[in-house]
Amino acid sequence: MTPEELQRKLQSSFTDMDEIPLFKDNLNARARGEFLFKWTVRFSAFTAVFIMSLLLYRVLQDGLPWLSFDFLNRFPSRLPERAGIKSALYGSCYIIVLTTIFSVSIGVAAALYLEEIAKKNRLSQFIEVNIANLAGVPSLVYGILGLAVFVRYLDFGRSVLAAAATLALMILPVIIITSREALRTVPNGIRMAALALGATPWQTIWSHVLPAALPNILTGVILALSRALGEAAPLIIVGGVTYIAFIPESLFDSFTTMPIQIFNWAGRPQVEFQGIAAAGIIVMLLLVLTTNAFAIILRNKFSQKSRW
Amino acid sequence: MSDLNQNSNANQSVLSALDVSLAYDQRTIVKNVTLNLDPNSITSLIGPSGCGKSTLLRTFNRMNDFIPAFRKTSGFIKYRNLDIYGDDVDPVFIRRRVGMVFQKPNPFPSSIAKNITWGPSINGFQGDFDELVEISLKRAALWDEVKDKLHSSGLALSGGQQQRLCIARAIAMDPDVILMDEPCSALDPASTAKIEELMSELKERYSILIVTHNMQQAARASDHTALMYHGELVEFGSTRQIFNSPKNKVTEDYIMGRFG
Amino acid sequence: MSNLRTANIEAKDARIKVRWIEFTIVRSLMICALISVVTTLAIVVILAKESSGFFQEVSIYSFLAGLEWNPLIEPRQFGVIPLVLGTLLVSVGACIIAIPIGLGTAIYLSEYASQKTRQWLKPTIELLAGVPSVVFGYFAVTSITPLLQSVFPSTEIFNAASAAIVLSFMVLPTITSLSDDALSAVPRSLREGGYALAATKREVSLGILLPAATSGILAACILGFSRAIGETMAVALAAGSTPNLSLNPLQSAQTMTGYIVQVSMGDTPHGSVEYQSIFAVAALLFLMTFSLNVFSQSILKRLQKSYD
Repeated sequence: MTPEELQRKLQSSFTDMDEIPLFKDNLNARARGEFLFKWTVRFSAFTAVFIMSLLLYRVLQDGLPWLSFDFLNRFPSRLPERAGIKSALYGSCYIIVLTTIFSVSIGVAAALYLEEIAKKNRLSQFIEVNIANLAGVPSLVYGILGLAVFVRYLDFGRSVLAAAATLALMILPVIIITSREALRTVPNGIRMAALALGATPWQTIWSHVLPAALPNILTGVILALSRALGEAAPLIIVGGVTYIAFIPESLFDSFTTMPIQIFNWAGRPQVEFQGIAAAGIIVMLLLVLTTNAFAIILRNKFSQKSRW
Repeated sequence: MSDLNQNSNANQSVLSALDVSLAYDQRTIVKNVTLNLDPNSITSLIGPSGCGKSTLLRTFNRMNDFIPAFRKTSGFIKYRNLDIYGDDVDPVFIRRRVGMVFQKPNPFPSSIAKNITWGPSINGFQGDFDELVEISLKRAALWDEVKDKLHSSGLALSGGQQQRLCIARAIAMDPDVILMDEPCSALDPASTAKIEELMSELKERYSILIVTHNMQQAARASDHTALMYHGELVEFGSTRQIFNSPKNKVTEDYIMGRFG
Repeated sequence: MSNLRTANIEAKDARIKVRWIEFTIVRSLMICALISVVTTLAIVVILAKESSGFFQEVSIYSFLAGLEWNPLIEPRQFGVIPLVLGTLLVSVGACIIAIPIGLGTAIYLSEYASQKTRQWLKPTIELLAGVPSVVFGYFAVTSITPLLQSVFPSTEIFNAASAAIVLSFMVLPTITSLSDDALSAVPRSLREGGYALAATKREVSLGILLPAATSGILAACILGFSRAIGETMAVALAAGSTPNLSLNPLQSAQTMTGYIVQVSMGDTPHGSVEYQSIFAVAALLFLMTFSLNVFSQSILKRLQKSYD
């Protein structure tokens, strides 16, 4: 029975509803519209999944034949069959470790100050707006900043140190913002309890508030670091080179990273280098996506648990 | 055809629940309730909070469809003679005829006129929209207060006015029944009095089923009263009978204020 | 008695020491928070100072209004309009693709998807946001461009369309998750009000939720657009490096970010005009994204107030 038929049937049984033809519900057409709309939004929701799978499929298909243990253990080369990602892999790892040290110490400290210590006055409000704006500055502009300040003014040169400092500045706003959100989820009762036992504000923060917020802070930090790991633009400006046949040994050595190396390979005309680029992408994605997924899972887990 | 017109007796009730049980997941909320609503009358559904009265109310226009855990475990809900939960029934069809006013006023964040015309326009209203706005607002006793600012935001009205706007919005659909879910719980006494007065005017045209927490309101405003307790319908009868000579001990205790 | 006295003095000493430690810690935390302000200042100062050198050689007017960008070969021309046009072509194109899909996804997530679907679909979309930019560039060059070429044979190897498509994948997560937040923030009572007036899900979504969430969605789109403008590596790989004063998406185009990367990869000497030009372009880029971000934040702030 279609809705229209139902309506006719019903109307015949109503005595007091003769005036109803004021409405033409047109339920069939609306149900069709609803059906169409539902499938449209469902389809668009799955485009992201589709793109993600297509991308992974493409990269695996192109890259797996080139991927080997030797690939990880060779330096870049003009010849595709002898090219490897060793220097880029080490470069990325060294830089990310340094970036972590710089950005986490400064970022969490800044978040603690803004969330736990600073009074809500104009200065802290200004800092807050300022951090939100910094989070939206394109990564490339941080590269320019790094070039001017670290490479030239502080004379670090085009080095590992300059690269790490630049990336640290780039992810600092994100780390501060997520750490503050993490601190905000710590219930006030914990602070009050510690203060009531005679602890100083800093003792309270250090031994109670910070541990409680740690899982969520960690999630934000990991997400930010995985972004830094895949970022090439600012490092190219700071001076990442693509042909490096050694592993950096000091903070002032020149460097290359995986995304820079991949960018270089992908831009070359020879087809073989596309495969090499794909192999490099697999290595990088393995690092980036696993850390990313780890962070997302960590957050989902704790966001369910931490409803106090 | 036959099953719709067969029973002339059932034709008289606008809404009926026959042996209805409702549950959220495994937890039964309403147990075997049977209830008939007369046309052009006000029926109030009273009972302590958590007794299932709102859940029951929301089955009459299938608003519970949006709660994933909700299930109807037994019985029939009928509008006129149509099984509301029948397989081939479009809930949209039911909601056009069974309107609803909620606990908290919820006007759309748009103009007063738009609040009223939105529902009818998507449901293919054929008449004149300006006339519709005027008639609905007049019936909801709001016209005089807002006639000069029909195009300003509905959110700028006071709480009582907002609730009357929501009633006007429901009236504009020309429904058969209006369900009210504690419509006065968020309002001050003056606005409450206004809405009660309005209800007794509205019953000339519509049947009203109202859930209320407030026993004085049920006694003042309704023709019939049903008391629910722990998901069961304890007693149902004319308001006068329920309040003056309750047959059931629970009813007596409740209206005497011994619990609730 | 004297015991109590010495104990008191000792306690006092300890308290002074604690207070001094507290003071130092709080100060150093504050310095960390101020680093963000210093960063902003440094960005502004460096961009202004370095591009002022450029503007001594090239007038601001001929930079902003010039129709020819030819920085490397004599006669050199520094009219930025082709770069801006390339940037807008690619990022507007990306938004035209990403906004409908993102909105559809957001509506699906907030209105149609079951709790279970939501639980895995949302993280998957977030994972797309974690894929590094170079990977998308690789995907554009190896997959999207060949596809475009098979449909439109006149497509150049590097073209704006491919860059726009891949950029739309990159901003999709931003637009989706912010729009989803905006839709979810619409109170449930409004949805119920709509359904009680015999509306279908489509009618409630389009007629009530979208209008109610307009400002949040607008902010999401602006932020997505600003991300697209600042995006670098994918665009540099896919769009090519020929500045073009044309709106043909099948032709090669150069964006502002693409130009900065191109110059940084090359061996341009310090102090030369083309080297300084990257600062001028970066300054313009910074101004564009900064004003878009401020705009979207002011919308969000107003939104927050209206829900309080």
